Amino acid sequence: MPVFKDLFRSKSRYATVKPSQGDGDQPRPQPARPKEVPDGLWVKCPGCQNILYQRELARNLQVCARCGHHFHVGAVERLSQLLDSLDTFEEWDTDLRTVNPLGFPGYEEKLARMQAQTGLSEAVVTGEGKLDKYPVAVGVLDFSFFSGSMGSVVGEKLTRLFERALERRIPVVVVSGGGGGARMQEGILSLMQMAKTSQAVERFGASRQPYISVLTNPTMGGVYASFASLGDYILAEPGALIGFAGPRIVERTIRQSLPSGFQTSEFALKNGMVDMIVERKDLRPTLARILRLHRA
Amino acid sequence: MVNGVFEWERPLIELENRIKELQAFTKEKGIDFSEELATLERKADRLRAEIFSNLTPWQRVQLARHPRRPTTLDYINMICTDFVELSGDRCVRDDEAMVGGLALLDGMPVTIIGPQKGRDTKENIRRNFGLPHPEGYRKALRLMQQAEKFGRPIVSLIDVVGAYPGIEAEQRGQGVAIAENIRRMSFLRVPIVCVITGEGGSGGALAIGVGDRVLMMENAWYSVISPEMCAEILWKDTGRAPDAAAVLKIGAQDLLELGVIDEVIPEPLGGAHRDREQAAQRLKEAVVRHLRELLPLSGDELIHRRLEKYRRMGRLAQETEERLQAVSESPRD
Ligand SMILES: [Zn+2]
Repeated sequence: MPVFKDLFRSKSRYATVKPSQGDGDQPRPQPARPKEVPDGLWVKCPGCQNILYQRELARNLQVCARCGHHFHVGAVERLSQLLDSLDTFEEWDTDLRTVNPLGFPGYEEKLARMQAQTGLSEAVVTGEGKLDKYPVAVGVLDFSFFSGSMGSVVGEKLTRLFERALERRIPVVVVSGGGGGARMQEGILSLMQMAKTSQAVERFGASRQPYISVLTNPTMGGVYASFASLGDYILAEPGALIGFAGPRIVERTIRQSLPSGFQTSEFALKNGMVDMIVERKDLRPTLARILRLHRA
Repeated sequence: MVNGVFEWERPLIELENRIKELQAFTKEKGIDFSEELATLERKADRLRAEIFSNLTPWQRVQLARHPRRPTTLDYINMICTDFVELSGDRCVRDDEAMVGGLALLDGMPVTIIGPQKGRDTKENIRRNFGLPHPEGYRKALRLMQQAEKFGRPIVSLIDVVGAYPGIEAEQRGQGVAIAENIRRMSFLRVPIVCVITGEGGSGGALAIGVGDRVLMMENAWYSVISPEMCAEILWKDTGRAPDAAAVLKIGAQDLLELGVIDEVIPEPLGGAHRDREQAAQRLKEAVVRHLRELLPLSGDELIHRRLEKYRRMGRLAQETEERLQAVSESPRD
């Protein structure tokens, strides 16, 4: 039953993300940037401790050229990396707004702060764009917004992404990156988004089009335990944290220190939970190849 | 809590014990204390109503965790006959933190599943304190798919703090197991009635909690995060879990208002542990009533309605030119 009246209105009348403004050369704010580095021109690599020039890093898809550490990528920058061009991207559902359904203390304030910091309205950007000249429905979670956690709006946008892709018979690519999992501030309603999105993924299967799930650092909790785990193909960026329970909670529960590499992409691959690890520079070509094979 | 008694209910428990002693004394010595007893009973009734009719969210959480609260197997034994327990996920091992099997419920053959907490320390160790590994969820899914094959309805009794956070659990794909269960349960062609009987801890509960009807015992809780963990994140103080329990809206009445559950099953005054048999009978009545409503529906119709129900979950607003318009409201608003 359609809850929303005009389901297919896609143009926002509000200043949210203007994809055409993100030209890919301008790195978006990096939440992981260490505080001691001034004015955002330089960044210290957590992988090799080297100081990297931000512009250089952006040109290298936010990957450290020396050690291969994959930095977080904002949603718009990610789209520019994956799509033929941002000009091919039409954003969907920019008019959905988060409310505070539980009256959770401080939620509105934190939301407003996140919006001001990131220029995003919520933790996911969804829409349609061209990849390898063919249309794909694409959703990108942005870690810098509430740790990429899923509340009602994220769940609804992703659900609509799969619904529209089903109608248009086009493939879906979702790039996950949400250390927060389900969003605590929306309580049980966040948990229900896990069911809603998982069902949307399964219904999308009727299109016989592929759903490729890309796991980036970090993909945990309710995001991992729902749509992110349900891809026909599951790709992971190197060194990403992937798992259900947070490592600190595991450590506290078992009362021993965790083995090195626990809950990394490599750990997930070894244990059979993902199809492959793909370096960021290879991500677009890999997606293109899988999609091409589906058209063949 | 000392000996299964909470500080806030102690005056009542002490009074009840005095009544019991006096009754025993009467029986033993043949002295008539009926007048004194009547006075004490009246006082106890007053106190019971006073203490138990205005429970805080945290007090309900405490009741949901009461060591004498009926466990999944307790309920199965009280509401079903001919229970045949089944084991194993056919892949790794049998996870005893999850139980299930087939049984007769009010004459109906059903598949009944649920996490199982231990009733003493020894059993708790065997059952990993009722915290399932992925193989526990896969065992539950196997039994549910078997139910579908034979056209049996499914009853899922949920009492779980959460999916187990351990190394092997992560190795064997706890997140994947939960996601798969959610997806598969959503499309099963038989009626599913879920009941949160005690604790409903996040994804570990939802993994066996997708149903045509989701019911909740009056003092159960169901939340995206435990009150303790929420308190730690918000205030860096697990001691403030009572505040978190209130903020998170995790009680049965809250969830009914949020459109997440369909019915609250009343418990005996003071919690299910105070009258286990009555609690079980109320649970049985509700489950049977919902199952009988669902049984005439075809598989297609069940799935269609189930998906519609979850499609509506969530609260948000749509920005229009004129105003903020709430568009996704639960039907009960
Ligand atoms: Zn580096």
